[in-house]
Amino acid sequence: MRASMWNTLEYDAQWCIGCGLCSDVCPHGVFGQDGGIAILLRPDDCMECGACQLNCPTGAIKVDSGVGCAAAMIYAALQGRRKQRQGATACCAPAQASCCESSQPSCCDNKRCC
Amino acid sequence: MQSNRDLGEGIPVRQATSQMTWVNYWDHFLARCGVNRGGHRVEPGLYALGHPTPHSPVFVTANYTLSFDALRSALAGIDGYILVLDTQGINVWCAAGKGTFGTDELVRRIEAVRLSDIVSHRHLILPQLGAAGVSAHEVKRRSGFDVEYGPVRAADLPEYLKRHQATEEMRRVRFSLIDRLVLIPVELVHMFVPTLLVAILLYAISRWLAAASAVAAILAGVVLFPILLPWLPTRDFSSKGFVLGGIVALPFALAMFQRSAAAPLWLRLSSALACLLALPPVTAFLSLNFTGSTPITSRSGVKREIFTYVPIMAWMFGIGMLLTVGVRLFQHLGGA
Repeated sequence: MRASMWNTLEYDAQWCIGCGLCSDVCPHGVFGQDGGIAILLRPDDCMECGACQLNCPTGAIKVDSGVGCAAAMIYAALQGRRKQRQGATACCAPAQASCCESSQPSCCDNKRCC
Repeated sequence: MQSNRDLGEGIPVRQATSQMTWVNYWDHFLARCGVNRGGHRVEPGLYALGHPTPHSPVFVTANYTLSFDALRSALAGIDGYILVLDTQGINVWCAAGKGTFGTDELVRRIEAVRLSDIVSHRHLILPQLGAAGVSAHEVKRRSGFDVEYGPVRAADLPEYLKRHQATEEMRRVRFSLIDRLVLIPVELVHMFVPTLLVAILLYAISRWLAAASAVAAILAGVVLFPILLPWLPTRDFSSKGFVLGGIVALPFALAMFQRSAAAPLWLRLSSALACLLALPPVTAFLSLNFTGSTPITSRSGVKREIFTYVPIMAWMFGIGMLLTVGVRLFQHLGGA
């Protein structure tokens, strides 16, 4: 179930074991703890960094994580289109400007390439 | 970082200090200006800070000098180990987003430096923002090491280490005025040549007023936008940029209108309108690009913004530029 209309965060409380890691790792205080399980405090503030999902040991949290960087996404879209035209697989990786601008292919190609 | 200790196995443990030198400060300055981006690196591996024993804590960081230096200077007076991951000169959070500051690299690095032979405990302290790339239970399963997420900022470590508990404040990213100001130099350096070219081109088409208006629109996006971010109305960055760009374009539109007082009214209105159409999307586009530098934007949010606003920006800018060129052509040919 979507937790907010602004992002892709989903949380299913029935899987929560109350380890508290989600509230530890979230840089925006999205999660809190109440009665031994995690609760959503500020779901609208989620920036989809993915830290909670990655550190939830039971998979109770899902988020379509990625970096919210317009420059990189537009760049990736343009690159993807060019590559598609060349017949190669498009890279849907949203990459942070700091990585892509420094033209380090290793960084951009690293993750989330389809 | 001077002397290397060898633990008899051929794996060096480098010595680090908490002392910052002018060389470090100069390096930080260059990094903040975007000079030699990606080149501000520390050799990955294990570093001894002070005189650590097998019971001393192990802190993990990225091999970006700003990250490494923030950590070692915050740990002044503390004996411990610093495990530097190879993030290709990228800071912890960005590298975590890419997965280079990640579970695989951490597990690999723990093995490469033979950490389990050096310390007697099985405990690592990671920066909180590294959690976007590291899965604590996976690290435990694959290496036997527990992961503890420390505070967001290294500067909070001394306070954090007293009870190994973070306050709300330590767990949150901030985006204060200072945080936003330090981002401006890099953008200015990046935009310098494009701005100059645009200014020269516009001077050729429509003299100094057009050139100045373009420079103002760009500076509004690069300098004013980061400063004014929390005070600009609306939620998304593009519309905030449109508001700011509109305000900046207004005096130029008035000046355009005033400039050719002898020209027919429709021509004066057209040149003013060209300003109001072409300038705001420039500021808005640069504002949209600032999303990548902030700790608050989400991928789905930015995607939505791109689909909503980039077409509007493109149309406004295109029509505005056509109008500018058209007005100039008419004035030249028609002798107005």
